[in-house]
Amino acid sequence: MITTGKVTGIVSNLVTVQVDGPVAENELCHIFLNGRALLAEVIKVNGDRASVQVFESTRGLRGGDRVEFLGRMLEATLGPGLLSSVYDGLQNDLTTMKEVFLQRGEYTDPLDREKLWDFTPIAKPGDKVAAADWLGEVKEGWLPHKIMVPFNFKGEYTVKEVAPAGQYNVDHVIAVLEDAEGSPVDVTMTQKWPVKVAVKCYREKPRPQKIMETGLRVIDSFNPIAEGGTGFIPGPFGCGKTVLQHAIAKQGEADVIVMAACGERANEVVEIFTEFPELVDPHTGRKLMERTTIICNTSNMPVAAREASVYTAMTICEYYRAMGLRCLLLADSTSRWAQALREMSNRMEELPGADAFPVDLSAIISNFYSRAGMVVLNNGQTGAVTFIGTVSPAGGNLKEPVTESTKKAARCFYALEQNRADQKRYPAINPIDSYSKYLEYPEIIDYLEKTVEKGWVDKVLKARTLVRRGREMADQINILGDDGVPMSYHETFWKSELLDFAFLQQDGFDPIDCLCPIERQKFMLDLILDICDRHFEFDDYEKCREFFKKMINLLKQMNYNEFKGEEFNKYHKALEEML
Amino acid sequence: MIAFQKIYTKLEAITKATVSLHAQGVSNDELATVEGRLAQVVKTRGDLVTLQVFAGTEGIPTNAEVCFHGAPPTLRVSEQLSGRFFNAYGEAIDGGPEVEGEVREVGGPSVNPYKRRQPSELIPTGIAGIDLNNTLVSGQKIPFFADPDQPYNQVMADVALRADVDKIILGGMGLSNDDYLFFRHAFENAGALDKIVSFVNTTEEPPVERLLIPDMALAAAEYFAVDKNEKVLVLLTDMTLYADALSIVSNRMDQIPSKDSMPGSLYSDLAKIYEKAVQLPTGGSITIIAVTTLNDGDITHAIPDNTGYITEGQLFLRADTDTGKVIVDPFRSLSRLKQLVQGKKTREDHSQVMNAGVRLYADAQNAKTKLENGFDLSDYDLRCLDYAKDYAVRLLSIDVNIKIEEMLDTAWELFAKYFKPEETGIKQALIDKYGKWQ
Repeated sequence: MITTGKVTGIVSNLVTVQVDGPVAENELCHIFLNGRALLAEVIKVNGDRASVQVFESTRGLRGGDRVEFLGRMLEATLGPGLLSSVYDGLQNDLTTMKEVFLQRGEYTDPLDREKLWDFTPIAKPGDKVAAADWLGEVKEGWLPHKIMVPFNFKGEYTVKEVAPAGQYNVDHVIAVLEDAEGSPVDVTMTQKWPVKVAVKCYREKPRPQKIMETGLRVIDSFNPIAEGGTGFIPGPFGCGKTVLQHAIAKQGEADVIVMAACGERANEVVEIFTEFPELVDPHTGRKLMERTTIICNTSNMPVAAREASVYTAMTICEYYRAMGLRCLLLADSTSRWAQALREMSNRMEELPGADAFPVDLSAIISNFYSRAGMVVLNNGQTGAVTFIGTVSPAGGNLKEPVTESTKKAARCFYALEQNRADQKRYPAINPIDSYSKYLEYPEIIDYLEKTVEKGWVDKVLKARTLVRRGREMADQINILGDDGVPMSYHETFWKSELLDFAFLQQDGFDPIDCLCPIERQKFMLDLILDICDRHFEFDDYEKCREFFKKMINLLKQMNYNEFKGEEFNKYHKALEEML
Repeated sequence: MIAFQKIYTKLEAITKATVSLHAQGVSNDELATVEGRLAQVVKTRGDLVTLQVFAGTEGIPTNAEVCFHGAPPTLRVSEQLSGRFFNAYGEAIDGGPEVEGEVREVGGPSVNPYKRRQPSELIPTGIAGIDLNNTLVSGQKIPFFADPDQPYNQVMADVALRADVDKIILGGMGLSNDDYLFFRHAFENAGALDKIVSFVNTTEEPPVERLLIPDMALAAAEYFAVDKNEKVLVLLTDMTLYADALSIVSNRMDQIPSKDSMPGSLYSDLAKIYEKAVQLPTGGSITIIAVTTLNDGDITHAIPDNTGYITEGQLFLRADTDTGKVIVDPFRSLSRLKQLVQGKKTREDHSQVMNAGVRLYADAQNAKTKLENGFDLSDYDLRCLDYAKDYAVRLLSIDVNIKIEEMLDTAWELFAKYFKPEETGIKQALIDKYGKWQ
């Protein structure tokens, strides 16, 4: 028997329901309003009163309206066809909705049930399998999409039948398994998984082994992120958070990209819809959209679904990770998600923590970040979910609860700085405050020494020191004046400016400069450090400034031109001549 | 009005902004009349209903007559809206006849993001601080961040009247009577009254009423943009006063305040308004230009801070002490959509010229700091300072009114006058093509 109930209280999207039977925490329910069913989730139960957060506007809802509980939590539908889809936070397909305006209570199927997929079996009758083991494969774009034993299957199963190679839709039974008791179970190409529960059907989760290239010099060289690693980008508005995230999405070395636009601007999502189908993935030459899923819950869409959107996105990543793929999850911005939690906690009249955020904010955030990671699958192959979240600190002040909680959870910190953004030094990542813990991982150091060159990490640390010394010199020059400091101060300062302008800064809108492979990064860093190692004699600081400015200009022109192309070599030669 | 509606006459609680009473069958968000004043349901708990009374509760007795309308706030929409002035309830205040037309709910649902189109039409304003450095695009939402003493309403009126749009909708919240009349005269003098619709709440009227203004203005905007496929520009001034009204209501409802005593839902509340800005697939668009007044330039306050995270940039006005002009601050101003039109709808050198111009202006600021600290200036510093003055007067000042090509040429002229080509950091190919060095 299903549990039903009646609405007894409404404050914005928090509704109190009097229930007539058992309900579970996080269970879903439908609230009926003029024949439309509004989806809601239980967030608190007290006696026979359940507090539910409604994923839609509650306008027009009345006391006494009927509620039906669904006996399940919020689930993601997983199967071929997720890629290149555009979903809202509850995984409704936004592309199949007819109206220009979002209609309340309109829910659309996340997957195309009709579409036929080219299926190739992997498992054979008699094979012993467990949850997440591969039974077959379909081609989703160019990616091998594995059809797996559903994640919620417990224990060991024996394969009885696997469908022969052929074209099937997602609901077709492609395998029959036999459980421990000997009863047969059908498996189709699709399965469901509750989004707030981490998928753990893998053998182990080792430490990250390699870096994920982004083509951004300040990240790959200075603060690399590991494949399966976590990072976050806090910064005041107008510092280029979203541009940076889009750049990472376009260039990140991953098989699958899931972008969760969580409580952000709708036009930014439109930019993704418009540009990604046109853009070519620099690593495979295919269209970017083919490997991208967009979950968008823009700031004007219902608040409760905002929280759901990041979980839905993570679940989709975990699904592809189980196929042995490398996934990159970008969430913009996790602060909006935290604010959604705050709005709810506030309406429930809970005692607030710092800045009126719920007290368990920190736990919720670190729990979420911990779902990322590289894993070894049951069959020995590996897959990874790399997660980069942005944080929008109130007032640009990094000492606020969301930033502080995230700092504890994420391993890379890309601090965007107002000052750098004001000076149009993009990406405005502060080279000194930012860090990547992965540069301390022996596995990663080992990887970099092998793939880039021996002594690479020391070189990077040396460059970082140079930037820091440059800042110190700039302070001294500001305090004592241009004439009040020795010439060597000017020289050091300008060397750090050289590194800043020619290496740390990158023109994201230039077709060539926007993507700088690690080989090119190494070449440029070598070149710059070589210049910085030299000692120059200047008569006055004016000459010093002029000399370095000229050099910066040449290096920038090199960045704008094709690597080792004719123009590039021309500017390189001019540079050599200056030296 | 429905003929046999129930009238309640017993209030359980009264605060400065809300009243509570026992009532049955009341729906969330619906309107009611309390002692002749308009109110809206904001909370129900069992049969205890809390109403937010827009005009304030002064003089409302516990035996006040309350009747419910059974519907949320609405506006009658038709072509007849054009040229008219309304109050926060959508009632005419210009002495004209009632508007006839279809009844629309205000504060309705949002556009499916997938149905939006990428904004791509330039909105020229003639002000170089905007067109050159912070180009506006139709479908964009952008506020002026300004101190109360700055001429933001004048600039906004200029921008509105120069912009090539079909309709201008003014949503005035807490406008002083003088400012209201200023807008009215500016629109009349420009002979543009027939394409303007105004919803005005002045300082003489109760603050909570302001909460209705953006929804009314945007309902009218949606009518013209969606039904009539028109390009609509919405002006909202002053959003700080709107947010203040939100905090009054949430405070009276005993909600726990978050930063700066603003309600925890401030971000969502503001987003619901600003995200109505849209480029529709059918050609219509809604562009929002708002004003958020600041306290002493403090943008870390919750109102400008949350606004900045929602809007597509912000325009910062600042009095430039060196030239005595009010300028559009090139450092703190930003139009996030500018790259959608720069170099695409404008000349190819636009973005590089813009960046170089601002970077050199930043160098001038550094030179100024050095000067203030009593240090000797280098030749480069002196050139920067001279450039900065010229740049401020000829390009940044809000009284500039020229075409974009002219702005670009002016910038090249200034670069050539004060700097060497390599000091601009611009791509060589562009320098060769557009540079004005001899």
